[in-house]
Amino acid sequence: MMNELMIEIPPGWIIIAGAFILAITRGMLQKIAMLGLPLLALVMIWSLPEEASWQIQFFDYQISLLEFTATGKVFATVFALMTFVGGIFAMRTASTLELCAAFLYAGSAIGVTSSGDLISLFVYWEIMALGSTAVVLAAGTVNSYKAAMRYLLMHAFSGSVLMVGIAWHIYGTGSAEFSQLSLDGPAQWMILIGFLVNAGAPPFSAWIADAYPEASPSGCVFLSAFTTKTSVFALLIAFPGTEILIPIGCFMIFYGIIYALLENDARRILSYSIVNQVGFMVVGIGIGTEMALNGATAHAFAHIVYKALLLMSAGAVLYQTGKRRCSDLGGLYQSMPLTTICGTIGALAISSFPFTSGFISKSMISSSAAYEHLTWVWFLLAAASAGVFLHAGIKYPWFVFFQKDSGLRPSDPPKNMQIAMVIFAVVCIALGVFPQPLYDILPFTVEYVPYTADHLVTQFQLLLFAGLAFFLLLPMMKRTETISLDFDWVYRRLLPRGWSFVTAVVCRVYCATQKTVTSLLSNTLQKHYDREQEKPLGYFAKLWPTETMVVWVAVLLAVYLVLYYI
Amino acid sequence: MSDTDKHWLVRAKTIKYLWIGFIVVLGITILAELFIHKHDYFGLDGSFGFFGWYGFITCVAMVVVAKLLGYVLKRKEEYYDE
Repeated sequence: MMNELMIEIPPGWIIIAGAFILAITRGMLQKIAMLGLPLLALVMIWSLPEEASWQIQFFDYQISLLEFTATGKVFATVFALMTFVGGIFAMRTASTLELCAAFLYAGSAIGVTSSGDLISLFVYWEIMALGSTAVVLAAGTVNSYKAAMRYLLMHAFSGSVLMVGIAWHIYGTGSAEFSQLSLDGPAQWMILIGFLVNAGAPPFSAWIADAYPEASPSGCVFLSAFTTKTSVFALLIAFPGTEILIPIGCFMIFYGIIYALLENDARRILSYSIVNQVGFMVVGIGIGTEMALNGATAHAFAHIVYKALLLMSAGAVLYQTGKRRCSDLGGLYQSMPLTTICGTIGALAISSFPFTSGFISKSMISSSAAYEHLTWVWFLLAAASAGVFLHAGIKYPWFVFFQKDSGLRPSDPPKNMQIAMVIFAVVCIALGVFPQPLYDILPFTVEYVPYTADHLVTQFQLLLFAGLAFFLLLPMMKRTETISLDFDWVYRRLLPRGWSFVTAVVCRVYCATQKTVTSLLSNTLQKHYDREQEKPLGYFAKLWPTETMVVWVAVLLAVYLVLYYI
Repeated sequence: MSDTDKHWLVRAKTIKYLWIGFIVVLGITILAELFIHKHDYFGLDGSFGFFGWYGFITCVAMVVVAKLLGYVLKRKEEYYDE
């Protein structure tokens, strides 16, 4: 009975409906909806029969609102899980606006995972952009407003590129189906670019570290999960094995590391590391073998959990101290033991430390590069794995929870935040120790064995020597109260300044011309004006107006006469 | 604050022991390689202690590159507010 009822509704709609339910409920009822609806969606995702589909006709096109692929199910599962645990974290502190926005955002992200056509995908895509902008806005600060507007512009841009691409593709092929596309024309390229901008690919990577850290402690947790990973999902379906993604992903990986190393703001460090981690997934999609695609999918799952955990710990610190810069923090392990432990578990997981979730997912991507004999890719990925430990694995917990004593003695955050962190910390370790349940739901059969003596020893070597490098180079990592320029400089500084320069020049030229012309005119006029008699100088000024007229009529007639004979 | 007033984790003595412990662990991870069969794909990755020295050198390189780029890219926090 239950199953029959649920067949026809895409699970994402439950969460989107939740946004409206949360808007009109308060207190206990709101809390029940917040926790119950994501769980209901989770149950629906897994109780849908294999052949479940829901198609409607939209003009000449089939809209498939319920077409789960294996990959889609994995993403929908982790999105629903994220909504549930994020709800626990946000429960006491988030505004109703933020909660509604987060549910709209999460619901449309889940919608993307079950859409089988490009038209409904695009609609969900745009609802996501609006929902996430509202999540940033909900922080209610001046900075969050400015960041939200830049964020909205960026997504309006990527959305437009995507829309043109989709419309062009449908016009060209006659099919709106959302499945693997080949990059054989500008339409497909535009779809790819639309997806990539949302994944934080170059040159548009800056929006992540610009917008996410301006959201509230809980808002930032929601934001870290959906936009970039929905893009990873879209790339997995539409562009597996597209080689250009390998260099793009590698660039993202090192961009994330370098900028995170330069950064002082704890949540911005973690935002840069989103780009870094999504880079690994993009490389996996580019490699395109079954193992690499499995790796990218598993890594997205693991990443959402540990990145949310890391941002929860940073959010807990921000909530308790009001501070987010590493240079203002330190020594918090003494009074925030639980947050320290959970943050450190997240940091170990992102670093692919053995017995954490990152170890069993990321290694599939690097191993697939080895199996395909992609030499330089493999060497870059190995260096990057060490670099992840450097910029996120040690740097984040070290500067926030350890290093110098800042003198701050905040306590651990409210119980609900602690519960959320503990749940995700447990998931990080559970996935690392028992990877099989995750491997079982991946799109392709997994033959990979993560725990071999070889893999363990080499991974420990890589990470621990990266750690040695960190502590030896600590003097070089002294925090400075700075930000780092990025491509957003072009639209935040160069274009506005350039525009005001152009307008200033145009204005000057115009003013100068006007001045010259008017002075010339008035000089001429003054030269021919008799101030004493208050009338113009010159021959005609002495005559009566009628006399002047007669003269001109005579001239006209004379001219006419001459012209007549010619 | 004298050393004994500090949290036990940050006393000079503890830090010394932590370093010793860390170096011992580093040594163990390298020596462990003698007892396992390492699978290499590219040749170089089969060299002794490869992941140790490669991880170390690339991390130093990344920190140095970041430091150098920092001279070009770093600006005051209020840069965009002016």
